[in-house]
Amino acid sequence: MSEQDNEYWKENIRILKILLSVWFVVSFLLSVIFVDQLDVIRFGGFKLGFWMAQQGSIYVYVVLIFIYLKMMDKLDHKYHHDEKDILAEESRNNE
Amino acid sequence: MSLQTLTYLFVGISFLVYITIAVWSRASSTKEFYIAGAHVSPLANGLATAADWMSAASFISMAGIVSYMGRDGSVYLMGWTGGYVLLALLIAPYLRDFGKFTIPDFIGDRYYSQFARMVAVFCAIFVSFTYVAGQMRGVGVVFSRFLEVDINMGVLIGMGIVFFYAVLGGMKGITYTQVAQYCVLIFAYMVPAVFISILMTGNVIPQLGFGSELNESYGGGYLLDRLDGMHRELGFAAYTEGARSSLDILFFTAALIMGTAGLPHVIIRFFTVPSVRAARKSAGYALFFIAILYTTAPAIAAFARTNLLNTVNNAVYSEMPGWFTTWENTNLIQFNDKNADGRIQYVADPEINELFVDRDIIVLANPEIAQLPNWVIALVAAGGLAAALSTAAGLLLVISTSISHDLLKRNLMPGISEKQELLFARIAIFFAVCVAGYFGINPPGFVAEVVAFAFGLAASSFFPAIVLGIFSIRMNKEGAIAGMIAGIAFTASYIIYFKFINPAANISDNWWFGISPEGIGTLGMLINFAVSIGVCRFTPAPPKDVVDMVLDIRVPGKPA
Repeated sequence: MSEQDNEYWKENIRILKILLSVWFVVSFLLSVIFVDQLDVIRFGGFKLGFWMAQQGSIYVYVVLIFIYLKMMDKLDHKYHHDEKDILAEESRNNE
Repeated sequence: MSLQTLTYLFVGISFLVYITIAVWSRASSTKEFYIAGAHVSPLANGLATAADWMSAASFISMAGIVSYMGRDGSVYLMGWTGGYVLLALLIAPYLRDFGKFTIPDFIGDRYYSQFARMVAVFCAIFVSFTYVAGQMRGVGVVFSRFLEVDINMGVLIGMGIVFFYAVLGGMKGITYTQVAQYCVLIFAYMVPAVFISILMTGNVIPQLGFGSELNESYGGGYLLDRLDGMHRELGFAAYTEGARSSLDILFFTAALIMGTAGLPHVIIRFFTVPSVRAARKSAGYALFFIAILYTTAPAIAAFARTNLLNTVNNAVYSEMPGWFTTWENTNLIQFNDKNADGRIQYVADPEINELFVDRDIIVLANPEIAQLPNWVIALVAAGGLAAALSTAAGLLLVISTSISHDLLKRNLMPGISEKQELLFARIAIFFAVCVAGYFGINPPGFVAEVVAFAFGLAASSFFPAIVLGIFSIRMNKEGAIAGMIAGIAFTASYIIYFKFINPAANISDNWWFGISPEGIGTLGMLINFAVSIGVCRFTPAPPKDVVDMVLDIRVPGKPA
């Protein structure tokens, strides 16, 4: 593994750690463990805990994947993997 | 036009579309048959994945389940969406870069072992058959209720359609039919939801509607407050509060999440796109399209619950509207006038309660209960069929691929030509359709129970093996195999004990740490991780070519 690939992988792991922490907090802390405490807060007809468990968590999931896509695009660009990706794609298409 | 004619029309048109697509997208090579030639665009794959994922259970049953479980229904809402984050971040891009056809391909190559490959084949086939039986049953239910044909005839028609486009087009045919099926099912799901939301709250968006105030004709006040109030009055737990323990909810949700991320028919969809970036992107699209339905479901659940309680409780039985009698004929609604007052008592106390409403009819009967026009009801029938057929096709493909590719080509008969392999794939799908149809016509009484199995198995076997295979270079075959077997054995024995051997003991007091059999897959997964890592420390490191392969898939675009 080249030094560059090593750096790429480390940064990749860092991105995963950040995003998966958010994922964990939203899924298990806000929507399950502390849901009753959050229910004290209300907006419109929703209690916040109930809303997180049945709506909010799902919206966060979608946003997380698109943030991941953006962050990885940036990372791939930094290490020039975006071009390789395209080249590999072409070579596969030409098979 | 009558409801009957409209339903025939809608279902007929949608079937015609599926068949046309199938004829247009025939597969000519194994690559096309297994992974649609890896030419599918991220958007099309996102749509196809959404249809693949959302089954008869999502379309027909989920809103009904949430309607009965109240806040605890979040288990399914989060459990069946949260896994896509893990898929997108931990699995899909790397397996796409690996660039072969199946999960057993990856497990077998990464752990340099035919035994590991066979464990994966067994799990893939078991999980997929479990699932597909339920889909065929869903097809039968929709046919018998809306088209008034015999339930078995309905299953046979469904089998015929799936058989036609799966055998002809393989993954290629399935992908493009699934795109069409997504459009049908989401339209069919949203139209009644929007209608009912406007009717009850005046809000066009159902996701906001169930947090709004009710219209005057429904008595005003916030819908959820009113629902809580009605629940308390009738002796049910408040709708927006949980009834199960937090720990059980946590384990149950986690098991569904990890199971989702380990299900072969979902993972395999990310092999069909042309690049790593496309795999990431299509995971995002897939979850977006899934989220449209999954965020609408809890709204439908709350609307339906309110409507149902308003309509039936203390109502005079002889004055009930037509849908009530129609569903009574299917036994999905049952009324027993215990106190002979001619009125329906629908309360929590089983001694006094006189009404049984099957949760599956919440979505199917909702448009009728809300008195929506006939064409909306007909649309729901076409949508339910699209959901069931699309998922069934994806599962059947996994079964056929496991047999023709993983079992025959990669293990028993490595010498067969591509033409022969393709023929075996088509024969395998034919038998898979027949077995699925058999289970649809003679459903084993334990379908609901084995679904816990499917997710528990996927969570406790595939998920750790795949993630460790990518993120740990040191992980070897001894560790992975020991982990998979420990995870499956533990999860399976816990489920089998409480569901089959001693169902009477299946109460929270007897569960370990209060974890229900549905949630035990999470513990099985943790055991798998622990055993894998432990065994791996005392056994030899994997060979160099395997290490190189792992390093390769970590960096996009490098050919293996």
